[in-house]
Amino acid sequence: MSALAMTYIFILAIFAGVEVIGRVPAVLHTPLMSGANAIHGIVLIGGVYILGKASGDLTLTLLGFAAVVLGTLNVVGGFVVTDRMLEMFKKKPSQPEKPK
Amino acid sequence: MSLAAEASYLIASVLFVFGLKRLSSARTARSGNLMAALGMAIALGGTLFLEGMANFGLIALAILVGTVPGWILAKRVQMTAMPQMVSLFNGMGGACALLISLAEMHSIPVAEWQHALPTLFGILFGAISFTGSLVAFGKLQGLISEKPLRWPLQKTINSLIVLIIFIASAAMLIQAPGLELSPMQLSLVLTGLALILGVLQVLPIGGADMPVVISVLNSCTGMAAAVTGFAMQNMSMIIAGTLVGAAGSLLTLLMCKSMNRKLSNVLFGSFGAGASGATAGGAASGHDKIQREITFSEAAILMGYGRRVIIIPGYGLAVAQAQHLVHELDELLEKRGVEVKYAIHPVAGRMPGHMNVLLAEANVPYPKLIDMEEINPEFAQTDVALVIGANDVVNPAARKDPSSPIYGMPILNADHAKNILVVKRGRGVGFAGIENDLFFDLKTRMLFGDAKNVLQELVTEVKAL
Repeated sequence: MSALAMTYIFILAIFAGVEVIGRVPAVLHTPLMSGANAIHGIVLIGGVYILGKASGDLTLTLLGFAAVVLGTLNVVGGFVVTDRMLEMFKKKPSQPEKPK
Repeated sequence: MSLAAEASYLIASVLFVFGLKRLSSARTARSGNLMAALGMAIALGGTLFLEGMANFGLIALAILVGTVPGWILAKRVQMTAMPQMVSLFNGMGGACALLISLAEMHSIPVAEWQHALPTLFGILFGAISFTGSLVAFGKLQGLISEKPLRWPLQKTINSLIVLIIFIASAAMLIQAPGLELSPMQLSLVLTGLALILGVLQVLPIGGADMPVVISVLNSCTGMAAAVTGFAMQNMSMIIAGTLVGAAGSLLTLLMCKSMNRKLSNVLFGSFGAGASGATAGGAASGHDKIQREITFSEAAILMGYGRRVIIIPGYGLAVAQAQHLVHELDELLEKRGVEVKYAIHPVAGRMPGHMNVLLAEANVPYPKLIDMEEINPEFAQTDVALVIGANDVVNPAARKDPSSPIYGMPILNADHAKNILVVKRGRGVGFAGIENDLFFDLKTRMLFGDAKNVLQELVTEVKAL
């Protein structure tokens, strides 16, 4: 993949990132930050890739293993914490959506 | 690359975008989070189908080792400790990006810039995010002093580190002649410097600004993931990392806006003389004024026979885990015909929305939580404003005193109420280290003690009315 193509993707993703959370109410700042925190746990798959291709190189195996452990902590912890926060918002089924 | 992996990354990217979109609306937020989690699972699964992958046993083991503590920590943590938990998980992500970048650096013999540049950024962002988040975690958890720490030449030392990082990176990228160190050795030096920089940068920032710091570090890890994606030519990492980096930056700015502060002021403010001078001035002014105490039974009478009570929760409530007692008090008062509402300042607690989450946990009905702009005009017709462990968000200095560091921050107009009751642990100054004139107001009565104990007493007294 060319560096140029990756740069295009990068720029477009910036716009998408800004656009999707455009008008978020203050109540949701914490869960949103927490959810975003879980999403950048995507580095986990970089770790999986390193470990999967380590092919006997001890340094790579160790680095990859540690990276996968840490990345998994980020992903699992992040999503579960976010879900717990949001669970509380959802408790009352009749609860109206936050105005403005 | 295999088709399965490519397809999984595409699906995951779409799910991340939709997930984030749904996360920004209360009705759909939970499904948004689940969507993003599903995306993550799909991307992870797809990665296993990449050509030449091996070590599946080790991969499974590592995932298991990460999942168990992550799950347990996330499930067990108290609602009040959420902010530091987010910070901790963020630091793990940063460390992960750092290790991956080091592994990448290890596998390349020569530092070609197309590959070395994003890898370098991965190292720097990852390392700063890692130690910065750990310090933020330590501050919120009370392991490190929440006060802004200062030492001589802070700015100079940090600038110097940044300069060395810059020079060393440049030397590696242009493969400077006469360079004795290999790219890997240089990377380790850079890692050390960036780790130190993360600590030095966050230590001087006061605990009150930690939400903003965590948000900054969150987007920093996002960028780390994105640049690592560049180095590894992995689409889903570029997209997901950039999404978080961009959304996190916007979120940071929104937070700063609700505190009426400049981001540069939060990050570098305590280095300057301005903040320290203002603190000293504030401490000197509240000399001969007195705080008036009130007994629990008198406080109960004020509220129990009033018509309207507004409760202003702050971090003290969260620390004391007193959210259930507040709700109990609220219900007792409502039974007596008192109208009870909650005034929620956008940055009450340690994170925006912190109070909403806590009170929701205690089953306080959502419509009773009123935003600042909406409730401020109501204070004038309110009999009692009950301030529980909040300080800076009700400090009238923000309206009146241009020399105050929080001048201009929108506050809850508790001082307009007919009576103000303040539940506070001690007589000291608040979190931002600023004297609060509200506590010396003639209409104000203090209830000193841990929020939980005080509320327990108030509940007992109101029951006895």
